[in-house]
Amino acid sequence: MEALKQELKEKIIAVLNLEDITPADIANDAPLFGEGLSLDSIDALELIVLLDKDYGIKLTDPKEGKAIFQSIDTMADYVTTHRTK
Amino acid sequence: MGTSLYIENYCIIESGKILLDGVEVFSSDADSFADFSKEALRHFTIQYPKFFKMDHLSKLAFLGSELLLKDLSGKENTALLFANASSSLDTDINYQSSISDKENYFPSPAVFVYTLPNICLGEISIRHQLKTENSFFIFGAFNPEFMFGYAENLIQTQKAQRVLCGWTELLGDEYKAFLYVVSKDGKIAHTIENLKALYEN
Repeated sequence: MEALKQELKEKIIAVLNLEDITPADIANDAPLFGEGLSLDSIDALELIVLLDKDYGIKLTDPKEGKAIFQSIDTMADYVTTHRTK
Repeated sequence: MGTSLYIENYCIIESGKILLDGVEVFSSDADSFADFSKEALRHFTIQYPKFFKMDHLSKLAFLGSELLLKDLSGKENTALLFANASSSLDTDINYQSSISDKENYFPSPAVFVYTLPNICLGEISIRHQLKTENSFFIFGAFNPEFMFGYAENLIQTQKAQRVLCGWTELLGDEYKAFLYVVSKDGKIAHTIENLKALYEN
């Protein structure tokens, strides 16, 4: 699970162009949106594409993202139980 | 006859160099526009994380506008008048490549939002809190006659107190930006001849 969390952090930094942020800067339980990394709605859509592209997870309802993308912890839990690749 | 207008300040970004009011303020040996623009941002110590999410056209327009607007006071009534030749083709090509393979079809929302040239005006407006007139035109080449007339009209009809004008052409790693502020203050008369001369530097 720790390896997956590290992987998610690296992928998020890459796909969202988070310059000057390293995986070590992202706490596992820190909120990704709002006061956390200050991600926006377009970033949320990119994360949905990331889940599809890299883990074979298709979110049919974008509203699901709100719970899934709360933090690295919640993302890792969801990927672990839903990944198809 | 309306009030005489002036070019308050101007900026040229081309071939790894940035000139402000005719003086070179930054140069780089970077091979790509991506590296050049990042180095320029660092050089001018501009703190704006959203810059790294922008497409190249927006980065070009952002850098020029930042240098021209950052020290201006009372800029809230500044209209934006931009143009170029390649529209958003640079980003359009990038986006098209992400949807060309049916077996690997993952269109990027973050790239898609930049597949219009006037998005760069939105980025400038957000940065400087502008709620003003803005227009982006496509011409085969820099069109000083059109830019002159449009900017004059915006100010003379009191639609704006200033106009930030910009020719922001970019395709691949070829780019040239000429941005200037037109207002009632300045030393260079706002004329078609002066626009031509400054553009050709």
